[in-house]
Amino acid sequence: MIDIFIMILCTVGAIFVLIASIGIVRMPDFYTRLSITIKAATLGIGCILAGAAIHFSEFSTTTKVLAIIFFLFITSPVAAFLIARTAYITGIKLWDKSVVDELQDRYDNNNNIPNKGCKEDEE
Amino acid sequence: MLKYFLLNLLLAFVWVALTGQLNYSNFIFGSVAGFFILWMLTRRSNMAEKEYFYRVPKILVFILYFLYDMMEANLRVAIDVMTPNFHTTPGIIKYQLDAKTDFEITMLTNIIALTPGTMVMDIADDKSYVYIHTMYLKDKKKFVKNMKERTETKLLEILR
Repeated sequence: MIDIFIMILCTVGAIFVLIASIGIVRMPDFYTRLSITIKAATLGIGCILAGAAIHFSEFSTTTKVLAIIFFLFITSPVAAFLIARTAYITGIKLWDKSVVDELQDRYDNNNNIPNKGCKEDEE
Repeated sequence: MLKYFLLNLLLAFVWVALTGQLNYSNFIFGSVAGFFILWMLTRRSNMAEKEYFYRVPKILVFILYFLYDMMEANLRVAIDVMTPNFHTTPGIIKYQLDAKTDFEITMLTNIIALTPGTMVMDIADDKSYVYIHTMYLKDKKKFVKNMKERTETKLLEILR
């Protein structure tokens, strides 16, 4: 029973990491790529580590796994934020089909996306 | 608040010491038992004293709710990556913050970043706005309202 649970956790984790790497290839622009990579990879690694913790079921292993997951969840959003901000300031363009870009008022990014909302104007 | 948390921790350690087994399930059982014992002991005190006993269930509910949200959104992104057509309508939105202190803003930013599809791009100089990049933008007002009600107010309820 526990074996099946470990298998499910590890498989789900591996699938999420796979989806993250396919997403890097398929997504249209830098920001959506970053958006997918950070979360799917974090969740995937979390699942695999949880599987490892259940498999060994020792106090020391579980403590280490909890610490790794905690620091992963704390640090990866900060990294994503800094990478995204740097990319925007250095002028990497958004996808042409992006709907709205309200950050244009702050930094001049030269992409031709309206900075007012789509549905907002219709009302 | 802090007093009851420390008492709860102390009771958990007393339970672990008395049973003599240091593992997670025993520790969790000790804290749950200590929580209920403390709750019964403080049943006659005023609301400010009892705040701890309402906050802990709220935190647990929030964590479960966040995990559910994260799984659901991850599945949506996964379906979008695996199927041939894109359904993404990305955009960057200005979002007004209710959170005031640095700690609250950091927690909110982390939670926004871990929900797939959304990501914080920049924070205004006076910390009153954040700029959120989102992958599924249908209606701007609906998105802002959703973010405010489902994430921010719940988080601030816990932190304040």
